[in-house]
Order: sequence, then C-alpha cells, then structure tokens
Amino acid sequence: MKQEAPQGVADYAPIVFPGLMLLVFFVLPFGTMIAVSFFRRDQGGFYTPDFVFSNYERFLSPFFGNVLGFSILLAVAVAIACVALALPFTFTLSRMPRRPQVLWLVALLSVLSLSEVIIGFAWSTLLSRTAGITNILVSMGLMDAPRALVPSLGAVLTAMIYQAFPYTVLVMYPALVRLDPTLLEAAKTLGASPLQAFFNVVVPALRNTLVATVIMVFVFALGSYLLPQILGRPSHWTLSVLITDQAVYQSNMPFASAMAVLLVLLSLALVGLTSMIGRKENAA
Amino acid sequence: MSGLLLDQVSKRFGSFTAVDQVQLSVPKGSFVCLLGPSGCGKTTLLRMIAGLEEPSAGRISLEGDDLTMVPTHRRNIGMVFQSLALFAHLSVGQNIAYALRIRGTDQAQQDRRVNELLEMVHLDGYAHRPVAKLSGGQRQRVAIARALAHSPRLFLLDEPLSALDAKLREAMQVELRQLQQALGITTIVVTHDQREAMTMADLVVVMGEGRIRQAAAPIDVYRNPVDAFVADFIGTTNLLPVTRSLQGGALLWGHALEGVAMPAGRSNAVLSIRPENVLLGVPGSGTLDATVTFVRDLGATVEIFLSANGTTFVSVANPRERAEVLVGNTIGVSLSAPNCLVFAP
Repeated sequence: MKQEAPQGVADYAPIVFPGLMLLVFFVLPFGTMIAVSFFRRDQGGFYTPDFVFSNYERFLSPFFGNVLGFSILLAVAVAIACVALALPFTFTLSRMPRRPQVLWLVALLSVLSLSEVIIGFAWSTLLSRTAGITNILVSMGLMDAPRALVPSLGAVLTAMIYQAFPYTVLVMYPALVRLDPTLLEAAKTLGASPLQAFFNVVVPALRNTLVATVIMVFVFALGSYLLPQILGRPSHWTLSVLITDQAVYQSNMPFASAMAVLLVLLSLALVGLTSMIGRKENAA
Repeated sequence: MSGLLLDQVSKRFGSFTAVDQVQLSVPKGSFVCLLGPSGCGKTTLLRMIAGLEEPSAGRISLEGDDLTMVPTHRRNIGMVFQSLALFAHLSVGQNIAYALRIRGTDQAQQDRRVNELLEMVHLDGYAHRPVAKLSGGQRQRVAIARALAHSPRLFLLDEPLSALDAKLREAMQVELRQLQQALGITTIVVTHDQREAMTMADLVVVMGEGRIRQAAAPIDVYRNPVDAFVADFIGTTNLLPVTRSLQGGALLWGHALEGVAMPAGRSNAVLSIRPENVLLGVPGSGTLDATVTFVRDLGATVEIFLSANGTTFVSVANPRERAEVLVGNTIGVSLSAPNCLVFAP
C-alpha cells in the first residue's frame, strides 16, 4: 500500500494527541532533568539555576565509575543469561502441541503480573536461612545446616533473570514460531546432528531477533532498582539506586539529574553500537 | 541388486492411518515417483524414508542395511524439500558445501566439489551469490546441488518442481531425469503431477488412502490401470457406468459393447476409456449416438465434449483427423473393445 504524504494541516491531526502527550510527559520532564543537571546545589536547600559542570565532574571519581561499570555489567550479564536460557526454551515451546504451549505462555504471563517488590521479597524468603531452599537440601541430607543465600550477587542475578525471562520469551516467540521447520530437517538430511543443526541453522536465521532481544533485556535490566537493594549488598547497588539516594535522601537534585542523563546517554550509545554492529554484519 | 526396501511400513497419527502396510522394493539406481492426490500418504512415506518420521510399524532398509532406527543425519541421504529450505544466511557455495563442512572435508576439496556441482546444474560462477538474489529456477538447482554434494546413497525429492511455472517445470523434469541417469543414484520423487511422473520415472507408485494402488512402469500404469482410481488419476479417462446384459456382456445405456466382458459376479461395473480412444463417425455408425456440447480447440489437439443419456464424456482428436463437428450436432461414437477397461465399482 502506498502511503501518501500529508497535504495540509488537517492531515497531521491524528498525531496531535500523541504528540502532545509525548511533549508533556516526556520531552518537558526530560528537558527539565537535563537543565537541572547543570544547576548548582544549595547546601541544605534545593538548587539555584546556573550553568556549571561540577555535577558531571563528580563522575570522574573511582566510586561512581565503579557503580556505573557494575550497573552495565550486571545488565549485560542478565541480558545474555536471559537470551541463552530463553532461546532453547522458546524453541522447544514453539515445537510443542498447541495446548501445552498455551499453558506455558499463560504461566509466563502470570509472572509478568507480579510487581518487582513481590518478586524481590519472594526470592529473599526463598533464599533465606530460616525458610529458604537450603532447608530442603538439609532435609534431603545434601547439606549440614541451612544457610542464608542473601544478600549476594547470585541472588540479585537470579531474581533479575527471573523477572526478565518472560519478556525475553515473549519477544522471541513470534520469530521462532515463524521459523521454517524444514530448515532444521534439511540440515539433518545433510548430516548435521540436532545440536549442530540448531547452531548452524536456527541461531543464524534468528540473528536479528537475538540482537534485538539482548538490547531489550539490557535496557530493561539497566533500570533495575529494587532487586539489587532487596537481595544485594551495597556493593551490588546499581546507578539507579544511587540516583534515588541522591535525589530523595541527600536532596541533591542536580547530581541525581546528571547521573540520570548519563545513564540515558550510555544506554542509547550501547543500543546504537549494537544495532550498528548488527547492520554491518548483515551487509557483509 | 536390491536398493531400497520398504517392508510392511505403516504410519498412524492417533486414530488416522496415513500410510498403511506399504510393501515396495526399489532397484538400485532407479527413479521412482510416488504419485497420488493430496493426503494419500506419499509425503509421509517419503519422510519416513528420510527418517523425519518414525514408522509405527514395518522396516526400511537400503542396500541391505536396516535404516528403520537410524537417525536422519546418519542415513547418508540427500533431500530436496518443497519449500527448498535453503539457508538464507549462507551464499550459494556455502549452501552446497554444507554437507561437506559438517563432515569435516578440507576447504580446497569443498571448493572443488562446489564448482563441480554448480557446473552440473548449469550455475557456473554463482558460488558467491547470496541465495536471496536467485530466481525460482536457480534456487531449485541450488537445492538439488546441495542435496547431492555428499554423494548420498539415496536422493529424495518432495514435490520439488511445484513452485515453478509450467514451462520451466517441464524443462527441469527432463534435466532432473538426465542428471539422475548420469549419476545412477536411487531417486524417489513425491508428486501429484502425473505428467511429471510419466516424464521421469522408471517406476510409478500410485497411492491412495495410504495404500499402494499400483506400482509399475509409467506406460503400463497408463495402459493397464488396476482400478478406476488409478485410471482416473493417471492421465484423463472417461468413467461410464455399465451393466451386465442377458448374454453376460457389457451394456452401456442399453447399447451392447461387443467383446467387452464384465467382471465375474458383478451386475454393475465402471467402464474406463481414454479420450483418444473415443472415435467419432457419422450418426448410427458407432456404438451409440451422442450430442456435441462443447468443442475445445487447443491447436495441437481438439477436445470434443459429448453428451449421451445425461452424462458428459470427452473425445480427443488430432485436428487433421477430426470430422467437422459443431456444438449441437449428433454424432456417432465408437468404443472399441481392446481400449475398454471394465472395473468392479
């Protein structure tokens, strides 16, 4: 279908409402945040309008560099783990008969209905010493005494993967359902074992989907705020936790804004880089 | 020497029997067409030979080796799929070399083999093209070359030419047959196109409702079909109802068909006569008279649709031989005994 170019003002009418919403609820707050990030903080007060770079200069300290680096690495780890787990799972799911497929999808969707708070506390209970899964291991005789598994990096990762996994499956699912099953069969007739066929045929055919999914889960995990606080030690806190700390408890809005701006810019840069690599490989 | 042997092979999906006790022996190096209407089990049978479906019962063996429980990737077969299933992320050459790469053949040997195969399918110099840039016929050739790269013992094709236009399809049929003869490879093709089967096959296997109805050389199936189903499926035929006369001969709408015998113990039967054997003459000269209802002049042949006793049947004639017939004319029709086949209904 050929789309005609808008002729007059009236043709732009359908986008007025979304445009307005975007302006009021995204462009203006974001613009305010960028502006505030250049303001000067008043000790014990709020801030006064100014144009200083002192808020950004604070990033150069090793402490913030570490937090930023940890946040990105955590998000990358969650993204890669989610995709690595979800790909074989979704592949198997898409080859199942209709009924179990629907049951699995409903179960996954129900995980999406849980709030981050509930997921966090559920895992902290599951991994606790008094009521956690180690008690089961003890009763099975595999462990001597119950142990607390929180707070730890493992607990943070587990809960974040648990939270992002349904999204990952749902993003991959349509592409895997559309994948021509004869591609795998063709590889088998040519002598490829099922595992070889999967890596030689399914993975390359889904390359773009996989890249897009990694980016999506990465961005999703980068904003993670509650889970690192509930399940991790202070050293596992992400930049989002730090931003809240600065904004709410230290009432240092300019510095919090500067961190938020940096986080947005960094995620945009990483997303852009990934899609650029994807395009280059596609062209080759 | 025995090639492929199917011994009482069956496949059931729940309560539905897709393939029912198929018994077939294919000599090594021969070209077999599995022919039948859609849903007759021919594709399921081919997939069982490839190992993509597991038989519910029966055994499959190739040159003496029992393949029944061997997984697909160890059967050493080559298969062309209806969708072709080319790997879009690989070039033409990489597609063809896939089976060799899996087997760990060294690069130089792979390249040599790819060039050899590309030459064989008349695509010299296409090795580095992406698959997406090829035409339908070229993709077809790449799929064939890919399936033959590892010199398989068995070459399987599932409706390989159905996506091509009529002219290209006919050319590819001839080419495929010549290629198969040059390589001497045992080949099994699934098709619903009887012309395709007649062009290529040494042995035509007509299937219906999961069973083999007839397995014979193409011309034998055409001339001596075992039942009305096969007669109707291979080529076109007129199927007309006949009854037993008092003398035991066949009666078509009260007209005696001289020299045509009824099947033993039947009072009703089906007469099959090919359109080219329905001969026309002046009224009263033949077995019966009929009215011309439509004339389809195709240039090379003329099809004359005739109506008698409320039933339409067809005669095909060479334009040079045909009498001047016009729609509405009454015409004499003769059905000679040697061309009449009578089947139990």
